Amino acid sequence: MSNIVVVAEVRAGKLKRPSLEAVAAGLQLAASTGGKVIAIALGNGLDAVGQELANSGAHQVVLVDSPSLANFSGDGYARIVTDRCKQHDAAAVLMAHTAMGKDLLPRVAAHLDAGLVTDVVAVACNGGTFTAQKPVFAGKALLNVQANKKPFLATLRPNNFQPVSGSGGAVEKVATDAGSLLAVVKELIAVASDKVPLQEAKVVVAGGRGLKEPQHFKMIEDLAAAFGPGVAAVGATRAVVDAGWRSHSEQVGQTGKVVSPTLYFAIGISGACQHLAGMRTARTIVAINQDADAPIFKVADYGIVGDAFEIVPALTKAIAEVTASK
Amino acid sequence: MDIVVCVKRVPATDTAIKVAADGKSFDTTGVKFELNAYDEYALEQALRIKEQQNAGSVTVVTLGPKAAEKELRDALARGADQAVLLSTDQWVVDSWACAQALAAWIKTVKCDLVLCGKQAVDADNNQLPSRLAAMLGFGCVTEVAKLALENGTFTAERDIEGAREVLTCKTPAVLSCNKGLNEPRYANLKGIMAAKKKPFTETPAQLPAAAMTVTSLELPKPRAAGKILGTGIDAVSALVAALRNEAKVL
Ligand SMILES: Cc1cc2nc3c(=O)[nH]c(=O)nc-3n(C[C@H](O)[C@H](O)[C@H](O)COP(=O)(O)OP(=O)(O)OC[C@H]3O[C@@H](n4cnc5c(N)ncnc54)[C@H](O)[C@@H]3O)c2cc1C
Ligand SMILES: Nc1ncnc2c1ncn2[C@@H]1O[C@H](COP(=O)(O)O)[C@@H](O)[C@H]1O
Repeated sequence: MSNIVVVAEVRAGKLKRPSLEAVAAGLQLAASTGGKVIAIALGNGLDAVGQELANSGAHQVVLVDSPSLANFSGDGYARIVTDRCKQHDAAAVLMAHTAMGKDLLPRVAAHLDAGLVTDVVAVACNGGTFTAQKPVFAGKALLNVQANKKPFLATLRPNNFQPVSGSGGAVEKVATDAGSLLAVVKELIAVASDKVPLQEAKVVVAGGRGLKEPQHFKMIEDLAAAFGPGVAAVGATRAVVDAGWRSHSEQVGQTGKVVSPTLYFAIGISGACQHLAGMRTARTIVAINQDADAPIFKVADYGIVGDAFEIVPALTKAIAEVTASK
Repeated sequence: MDIVVCVKRVPATDTAIKVAADGKSFDTTGVKFELNAYDEYALEQALRIKEQQNAGSVTVVTLGPKAAEKELRDALARGADQAVLLSTDQWVVDSWACAQALAAWIKTVKCDLVLCGKQAVDADNNQLPSRLAAMLGFGCVTEVAKLALENGTFTAERDIEGAREVLTCKTPAVLSCNKGLNEPRYANLKGIMAAKKKPFTETPAQLPAAAMTVTSLELPKPRAAGKILGTGIDAVSALVAALRNEAKVL
């Protein structure tokens, strides 16, 4: 068999969008392996998730539904996913490169004694051989690899594969327990629930040291809010995170998060290589900087030279008008 | 607590990467190497745990080139008790093979805790720590941003998309460290002198053939040159028009 197993990510009962991207990538591989795409979700109360996966193009959906799986557990989930991969005779196993995927798939790879390519931006299967491309050196280069061992495992960079729709995937429910756990989630502290997570946001509005003082980030938050609820997230450079203006969870770059939104605003940001590492794959980049020679203008699609304190409020107003007219 | 800290020697983060003549690796000519930034947090955490408990040992290990002796000596100077170099001439990018060699070595030493960085910033694999944990049968928390230890149990916090996860984990464990966990110390002169007398072992790494073969390393296509739409607020309407009509992202 040449089945592709896709591990779907469920958080707080909701299917995460990058999982649908992984199903789409799985379908692309299955077209050359001739196998089925089997989507597996673990959690508690998965009926809606099952429906969504059945409509994502997956040929088969397996829901491992148990109260003991309500919270993610790296060791517990890994055992179950490993068993399912063996049961479905997986030729390849895919998952999104998220906090969960990064923690879980290396464990599954270890249990299966298999290789794993992480943060993959392209996958293919030719004549039974899997290949993948991944950014290395924080995106300064791309590494192409070929798998020598079976199965082939990969985590996929979010926002790189286009989800598809399909229907008719058969949904099967299995009752498996998490078993005894080595590490246990005690608590989930939600950050303000009206905020979109940085890596999932379609628009990222990032500010740097050019904003001069922490309270001026209000300007950045206002621009983000102008896109309407759930669209834009605020990002920051290491300079302002180290200064204590913003939390590390907002840092974009080599030692922060890697984002690939549709639209990225760099405001008062010089464009150091370690910052570019986190945002250079954004579809459209806008830079606002008073220094016409700032390196950020070399990667920006559109730039405005000038004082952020004048430009950003005007831009916020203009964006709010566009949003209101939709 | 006996702690193993896994560290890697990587190119400095501001290195301009050039593809080597073989088309599969990077050109090391003139490249400045350093201790992987995340591994500094791991080392610092190990030293703090040892100081807090006033007992135990800190061993740093790397699988890397002979030149990595420099980074290991630096770790000794900061306070690690001993260093082990599993030497190889290869640029190790395959985590499967690397984990085989490291896990085999860890099994030969007394170890309650393995501390790693969250990611080595050369291949950016972000997979060795949880892979090692699964191979060793240890508990594991990755990308730890806050850590407390009480009665042999760790409470660790890590950022996930949109939330912070708080976990407990017993020893033996593998923890991978994120930025924000601590402020790493630097070596002082006394430490540098002391490091010269600390145990340093070098043995060839037992690396199996890789699970993934590198077929090529390439540079990304440069982004097309952008447009400066103007200066000051007068350019705002041109920007909104470009985003709507040209980039079609609004
Ligand atoms: C190991 C390592 C890892 C790193 N990781 C990261 C990382 O993950 N992310 C990251 O961001 N950095 C990282 N850095 C830091 C990076 O090198 C830069 O120092 C940092 O990105 C600079 O932040 P900045 O652009 O906010 O500040 P600056 O470089 O000080 O730039 C401020 C900019 O604001 C402009 N400006 C000033 N006033 C105004 C105004 N009124 N209106 C408009 N523009 C104005 C200036 O012209 C300037 O270009 C790392 C560095 C190292 C060594
Ligand atoms: N060759 C190596 N030798 C020792 N430790 C390593 C090596 N490669 C990775 N590590 C450790 O594993 C962490 C994650 O690396 P990686 O999974 O390769 O991104 C690093 O921060 C190190 O702590």
